Amino acid sequence: MNAWLNQHRLAFRDAWRRLFAAPLGTLLSLVVIGIALTLPAAGWLLIDNLQRAASAAAGTQQISVFMALDADRKASDEIAARLKAAPPGTWRFVPRDEALKQLQGGARMADLIAGLPRNPLPDAFVIEPNDTAPAAMEALARTIGGWPKVAHVQLDAAWTKRFDALLRIGRLIVGLLATVFATGLVLATFNTIRLQILAHAAEIEVARLIGATDGWIRRPFAYYGALQGALGALLAIALLAAGKALLDPLVSELALLYGASFALRGVSATLALQLTLIGATLGWLGALLSVRMSLKG
Amino acid sequence: MISCSGVGKRYPGGLTALENVSCDIAAGEMVFITGHSGAGKSTLVRLIAAIERPTAGGIVVNGQNLAALRDNALPYLRRNLGLIFQDQKLLFDRNALENVLLPLAIVGTPPREATRRAQAALDKVGLLERARANPIALSGGEQQRLAIARAVVNRPAILLADEPTANLDEESAEHILGIFREFHQVGVTVLVATHAVPASAAGAREIRLARGGLAA
Ligand SMILES: Nc1ncnc2c1ncn2[C@@H]1O[C@H](COP(=O)(O)OP(=O)(O)O)[C@@H](O)[C@H]1O
Ligand SMILES: [Mg+2]
Repeated sequence: MNAWLNQHRLAFRDAWRRLFAAPLGTLLSLVVIGIALTLPAAGWLLIDNLQRAASAAAGTQQISVFMALDADRKASDEIAARLKAAPPGTWRFVPRDEALKQLQGGARMADLIAGLPRNPLPDAFVIEPNDTAPAAMEALARTIGGWPKVAHVQLDAAWTKRFDALLRIGRLIVGLLATVFATGLVLATFNTIRLQILAHAAEIEVARLIGATDGWIRRPFAYYGALQGALGALLAIALLAAGKALLDPLVSELALLYGASFALRGVSATLALQLTLIGATLGWLGALLSVRMSLKG
Repeated sequence: MISCSGVGKRYPGGLTALENVSCDIAAGEMVFITGHSGAGKSTLVRLIAAIERPTAGGIVVNGQNLAALRDNALPYLRRNLGLIFQDQKLLFDRNALENVLLPLAIVGTPPREATRRAQAALDKVGLLERARANPIALSGGEQQRLAIARAVVNRPAILLADEPTANLDEESAEHILGIFREFHQVGVTVLVATHAVPASAAGAREIRLARGGLAA
């Protein structure tokens, strides 16, 4: 157990030293790995922020229910009763008279409306559903649309649904991008380690002859790959933070224009940890594949 | 300790390097394997160290039948052997001390104890004051002694040396034979392949090879 620990400690130290033995090459590899991790992570953050911006811009999501013009108060009471029986969220009844009064509140509209022979507005309900997921909103609107004397149901944030579909496509693209770049990272590590193995051919040969196991020979390379991947991830995190710092003032200016308070969300501690783990794992994988293939012959 | 029975080695290409060699070496013995160049000395050493496999016969080392040994058990057999190669195989990307530390790193010796033992091994071969030197800066005799220090640092039961005194002047050769004798005296089984037994070792047990077979 103690010997095993020592072997790992030595392998780790060896890997660390090898990273610094060729600083330029290491730096180049780190930049490649850093970019390979930055691009998909940036895409992921972009979608996350767009989604938050969309829900902030959509405000409270409402469903407006308009009764038919020929519907009487009894029909509206029926709808109110149904909503009371199973409330989908908070809701409010807007009688046609009140709606008209609201319209008259606007100075120029008042004159226009005064000229109308009768109230052109129907009774209406405004519902703020508890479940604002686009699919749930859609389903609710359809149900209510089927109720008697309901003329029209309007989803106030129908565009969020379309936007949501767009984001889903975006997420798919980011996923594909991540796969491509992950493969790139594994291959880049594979090649770095292949060169490392060539550079250490003499040591590997001697170690074999004097009783090193395959595991012992693999270990420093695996650590090297993992370390390089983790350091590349740290670089990616730094790049993402720099990008956020660059965009922050622009975004807050834009948000101010729309009267919204919105701030970009950058790399969270969780995401940073995930990125580091992903970088380390992919580097380790690339190294292991490389050692397996190089040492077979 | 080492026993060969009817050992043969035919290299791919048809060349027979060894044929029907049988020998028994007891624990604690010091034996020279002699013969002209090309007689098969190196081949026999490589077979005993399981670096190559015989094409005929069987070899038992330290109670282990090499033919039955699985690949993943090989490293553990090697750790009981102190191997000194004809071409030494020193590493020139590190200093003398670090060369001697390699076998200790392989078995996972704690760093402090490893340094202590590597220094002791260097001291034993008279190279302690050259511990920080790169092997490339050492003389032929010193390089050979460094190779010995690396071979003995794990205190192996068997020492296997291939031409350890080739290309050395008589004084250096004697120095190295003296080191081997010291290990022999503390119970290590010592096997030395050499084309000529030095005068000072006259009377020691000899296994003579001639064109791949045992000579009379
Ligand atoms: N790897 C090899 N492949 C083919 N032939 C070899 C190989 N190693 C040695 N031989 C041949 O086997 C014979 C014995 O070689 P070796 O064991 O090196 O003899 P020695 O060490 O006594 O000089 C020689 O004829 C040599 O050319
Ligand atoms: Mg030879």
